[in-house]
Amino acid sequence: MKFTIMINEGPYQHQSADSALQFCRSILAQGHEIFRVFFYHDGVNNGSSLSVPPGDDRLIQKEWSELSKENDLDLVICIAAAQRRGLMDADEAKRQGFDSHNMIEGFRISGLGQLIEGGIESDRTIVFGD
Amino acid sequence: MAMLHIVNKSPFEKVSFRSCLNHVKVGDSVLMIEDAAVGALEGTSFSEKLKTAMGDVSVYVLGGDLVARGLSEDRMIDGIKAVDYAGFVDLTVENETTQSWL
Repeated sequence: MKFTIMINEGPYQHQSADSALQFCRSILAQGHEIFRVFFYHDGVNNGSSLSVPPGDDRLIQKEWSELSKENDLDLVICIAAAQRRGLMDADEAKRQGFDSHNMIEGFRISGLGQLIEGGIESDRTIVFGD
Repeated sequence: MAMLHIVNKSPFEKVSFRSCLNHVKVGDSVLMIEDAAVGALEGTSFSEKLKTAMGDVSVYVLGGDLVARGLSEDRMIDGIKAVDYAGFVDLTVENETTQSWL
């Protein structure tokens, strides 16, 4: 079965980023397919490359990045939500005239249409958030 | 068309769990995750509300989230089933639609 996952909460906020991550791992372990993971609102912070938690804590953003690399996942960050929160990839930083960018490998920036497409193309759309 | 209702807030903190129970239909399922796991306990001010709903719906709790809060399955209301993440995925497959009560 094909899944789209929507995440509306940032990492280390409550528990939803962790829940979604574990849910995604379980989907893949059972042989289902993840069509897309869409990050909206504070959820876009799951794509930051500049997070530095204490050494004995998990690094949620890196876990997403690695899960994406291992399973060729499509991790999409909402552009409007990302712009408000200061999250950008190299192209967007250049376009906005900034000299640095902070999006971790495995994520890409796009628009809400990607969420709608995910809902149409997938058998199930599951929402995680605060 | 059966719906899986996913609740993630404690019934002692937010009204979303109670709202959920006021909207469920016969044959639906309710899954408690994150802070909502405390709603599975027997002998609370919320237990009767949930037990009444259990006449119409199947109720599940994410076992790991219950244990993470220092609670054990033997303190749950009779009839609630504990599932792991694989069971969570199965519930989303078995039910045609899902609603997250955020």
